[in-house]
Amino acid sequence: MAAAVAVKHAGAPRNLTEPIAVRIGLTLVALAYLLLFLLVPLAAVFAEALQKGWTAYVNAATEPVALSALWLTLLTAGIAVPLNLVFGVAAAWAIAKFDFPGKNALITLIDLPFAVSPVISGMIFILLFGRLGYLGPWLQAHDLKIVFAVPGLALATIFVTFPFVARELIPVMQAAGTEEEEAARVLGAGGWATFWRVTLPSVKWGLLFGVILCNARAMGEFGAVSVVSGHIRGKTNTLPLHVEILYNEYNFQAAFAVASLLTFLALLTLVAKSFIEWRSSRRAESPSEPTA
Amino acid sequence: MNITFKRHSVLPGFGLTFGFTLFYLSVIVLLPLSTLFFKSAALGAGGFWAAVSAPRVVASYKLTFGASLAGALVNGVFGLVVAWVLVRYRFPGQRPVDALVDLPFALPTAVAGIALTTLYAPEGWLGKPLAEAGIKVAYTPLGVAVALTFIGLPFVVRTLQPVIESLDVDVEEAAASLGASRLQTFRRVILPAILPAWITGFALAFARALGEYGSVVFIAGNMPMKTEISSLLIITKLEQYDYAGATAIAVVMLVASFVLLLAINRLQSWSMHPTSD
Repeated sequence: MAAAVAVKHAGAPRNLTEPIAVRIGLTLVALAYLLLFLLVPLAAVFAEALQKGWTAYVNAATEPVALSALWLTLLTAGIAVPLNLVFGVAAAWAIAKFDFPGKNALITLIDLPFAVSPVISGMIFILLFGRLGYLGPWLQAHDLKIVFAVPGLALATIFVTFPFVARELIPVMQAAGTEEEEAARVLGAGGWATFWRVTLPSVKWGLLFGVILCNARAMGEFGAVSVVSGHIRGKTNTLPLHVEILYNEYNFQAAFAVASLLTFLALLTLVAKSFIEWRSSRRAESPSEPTA
Repeated sequence: MNITFKRHSVLPGFGLTFGFTLFYLSVIVLLPLSTLFFKSAALGAGGFWAAVSAPRVVASYKLTFGASLAGALVNGVFGLVVAWVLVRYRFPGQRPVDALVDLPFALPTAVAGIALTTLYAPEGWLGKPLAEAGIKVAYTPLGVAVALTFIGLPFVVRTLQPVIESLDVDVEEAAASLGASRLQTFRRVILPAILPAWITGFALAFARALGEYGSVVFIAGNMPMKTEISSLLIITKLEQYDYAGATAIAVVMLVASFVLLLAINRLQSWSMHPTSD
């Protein structure tokens, strides 16, 4: 078969791309695959959400339990993202600007939460703080509640979004080098001034990229928060957990209405992500453009 | 202490940032993760083996690994086509299509789960015609594989894209001018160059699928021995306060994904120097 094809093409001077029929065929296969696995599920979310009209849609999205789930989602992301942002900047500064032994091991450890599945990520906090956990009796004695309460949700969210900012920022800061900061220091700038005026402007897009990905995962996380939530309506349900409860109660329209809000967030994330990628690729292509 | 530990630098803040990094890493990641191993060690070797080899647990491994493998294989084939088309061809709407590939990363898994279940349920848009053809998807192992295919879709595409972009067209030109057909050029010149990245993408999709929970629980039907994935079994055991049993399964799954990621790391260094190996 391969030999036959080779003979057929022997006369062509340059086979630098596939025959037009193959190109069209491959493009159609690729688009059909993406249509089936990405676009159709996306369309289903909105079709199901609107199956009973706009009024039902708005009602489902604004009922008190949905609003309290929205508030809890914003709260957990509002705790997790800033903490991981501070950590990401600190880790990137230490790793990118200094040389020390064990650096690669540290980078591997920072990536560790990505290798841990969502359910296990939630479970480790049950093992620590649950009723039968290592610190459970102590917490009960002091009337403190971590799992099945907001602190547990926040901890699980912090864990699963832990590497995002750091892993985006480390390569960007490493690529930027240390010369500009050293020059600023020699010229008399303080440590903070050097960071704010020299380092931050050069890594701001990488930083934003990491924060956006971190936020999307924080707001959308399901498995880990499901384990630590305890599913108390109006108290410990984030938006993804609220979707699950509505769905399991066969309230499909409301489940998809709430799910559509999360879908908007995902689409917004994709738009922001490709905008940042487009901007940084343009900057890479035109080095003459002032970088400040 | 700083001066002997790190190379001297005029930049400030090493002690503060390095100290905070280690502290935060220990409190958030290392300390909680270590409980997993302490808890499962409490079982002893016999108890551990009994917990991880019970028939229901073994059935869940088979389903989880099998469906993950199926999803990763489907993505391996179609991911290559998608990556090739996105890099080498031009068509209208390319940029939004390219951006959409990341949807499974950005969409909350619970949303993906209920959307796929509704689509493939016996009365769903896709489930109905499939059911008429005699194929049941939702609430079967096939449904689990569908969800895991969705979840792993970006990995192969995103790992291959930069590698295909960086291919040296001169080499393809040389092959063509020496009389190679396009198929020969692809098999003998392009494929060897992209093979490490291809396998890496496949392995990443597989590793991701192993631990997946949200997108699977809705479509799986969750029948013990039949359509129950390992992640769900862990949750079931936790809810029955069988912490040790849950951790034992978790350790098995965690070790499996660590081994995979270690292999992926090796692969990635191989893909940087594909000829030296």
